[in-house]
Amino acid sequence: MTIEEIQKEIIEEFSVYDDWMDKYAYLIELGNQLGPLDPKDKTDQNLIKGCQSRVWFVTEIKDGKIHFRGESDAVIVKGLVALLLRVVSGRTPEEIMKNDLHFIDDLGLKQHLSPTRSNGLLAMVKQIRLYAVAYNRIES
Amino acid sequence: MNYDIHKIRSYFPVLKQKVYNKPVIYFDNAASAQKPVQVLMQQERLHNDFYGNIHRASHYMADKATEEFEGVRDKVQQFIHAENREEIIFTKGTTESVNLVATSFGEQFLSPGSEIIVSEMEHHSNIVPWQIIALNKGAKVVKLPFSDSGELQTGLLPELINSKTKLIAVAHVSNVLGTINPVAQIIETAHQRDIPVFVDGAQAIQHIPVDVQALDADFYAFSAHKMYGPNGVGVLYGKKKWLEQMPPYQGGGEMISEVSFEKTTFSEIPFKFEAGTPNITGVIAFGAAIDLLQETGLENIAGWEQELLTYATRKLKEIPGMQIYGEAPHKSGVISFNIEGIHAFDLGTMIDKMGVALRTGHHCADPVMQRYNIQGTVRISFGMYNTIEEIDLFIKALNKVRLMFGQVAT
Repeated sequence: MTIEEIQKEIIEEFSVYDDWMDKYAYLIELGNQLGPLDPKDKTDQNLIKGCQSRVWFVTEIKDGKIHFRGESDAVIVKGLVALLLRVVSGRTPEEIMKNDLHFIDDLGLKQHLSPTRSNGLLAMVKQIRLYAVAYNRIES
Repeated sequence: MNYDIHKIRSYFPVLKQKVYNKPVIYFDNAASAQKPVQVLMQQERLHNDFYGNIHRASHYMADKATEEFEGVRDKVQQFIHAENREEIIFTKGTTESVNLVATSFGEQFLSPGSEIIVSEMEHHSNIVPWQIIALNKGAKVVKLPFSDSGELQTGLLPELINSKTKLIAVAHVSNVLGTINPVAQIIETAHQRDIPVFVDGAQAIQHIPVDVQALDADFYAFSAHKMYGPNGVGVLYGKKKWLEQMPPYQGGGEMISEVSFEKTTFSEIPFKFEAGTPNITGVIAFGAAIDLLQETGLENIAGWEQELLTYATRKLKEIPGMQIYGEAPHKSGVISFNIEGIHAFDLGTMIDKMGVALRTGHHCADPVMQRYNIQGTVRISFGMYNTIEEIDLFIKALNKVRLMFGQVAT
């Protein structure tokens, strides 16, 4: 599936919930399902410190594809991290660079990406792009 | 108690608002308070009836604006019981008031090796300006710690004070813990060694009566927006003897006596510290906020908010896994807490959707978070218009959030 197809799939999954509470309940479920990061990965170097919540974020390149792993101390943020990983992990730098990550906006969860929320998510999205650009440059 | 809550609520149109289709419950008063019609009308009136720059021109509208602006200075003087009207300086807010004193007092009185004692429970804005001036002057910021219950360990002061101590900076009320600090006692101890005390009154002035002369405070700072007034207006009270010795903070119009390229002489206080055109409309509208506080009576407001605090604390403690930070016997209407197993951010996100406005995070007080070894807290803070019914609705919402995070109902 392409990045765009997965984004569509997520939007469809959420479309069954018309109530915000069910939507968040699903997000919480996704957050709780996301496997924990290896404690050795939870270093200060991998930490994005927001003033509301923290996100740990690890990246690795294998066979030309970038693999991301992540976790947060807040469950809702963890749910959003899980969704992001599902969309971008295991993709080539080029795929990440040319695709717009619009699904969070479409789900009505855009507020979590606002700079004032400072939950670490916006910084994570920015870093995903930066890694893609950097790896792309190394490869070419 | 004769406290007409319905009348008070009727002054605040915003309280009738709905957010996400739910009536708003505003429990973020420590961050900023809502504005009453009196303040909103005053702002409008000024722009409709007369407007001009103050202190400068000699035309009718400017004179009228000057008169009202200076009238508010008198009002503030009387409100905090300052001895002289020149001791009231208008600033942008508490943060600017702290920066003014740190910069100007620091310039005059700090030298390499000097020490400033700052309490551990301060908001960043009563820490960082002191650190900046200390860095510039080769001085040192010394911490006055607080106990687990959130009380300043004032017993340590005699040990911390020495011949190098130049100033003590402390909050009257903590923005995270709600502790009402014994500032009168701290000031008395400091004055025995001739050390001035700067009091950050941002979280006190709207909740408890303040008398700067009775406290014998050397400096006392606060913001209008937390006392139901407009944003962008603050006050610095300073004893004349200090303000007169301090150099100007910023240069510009209004603060000078005579200017030439050879030599410039400065105005007298308070104008020496009020460079440039101030927030004229803001200051005048601020007068209406002070009127409302005085009409209602700070004792009455304090009594009402104490009832809210006691009731909310009792209700919160019924929740399993509840941890409240700050349980000093003298507390203002601020409660910081965490529920075991629920991250403050998650709680804040969900409860916002239920119409409850509260704050989560470190509340610009990292040292307090470090003291308890936590990342953040949930904080509710009351204002004059909050009610017991709102607390009940909040507790209901809180229990709904707990269910969403897999905790059992109480």
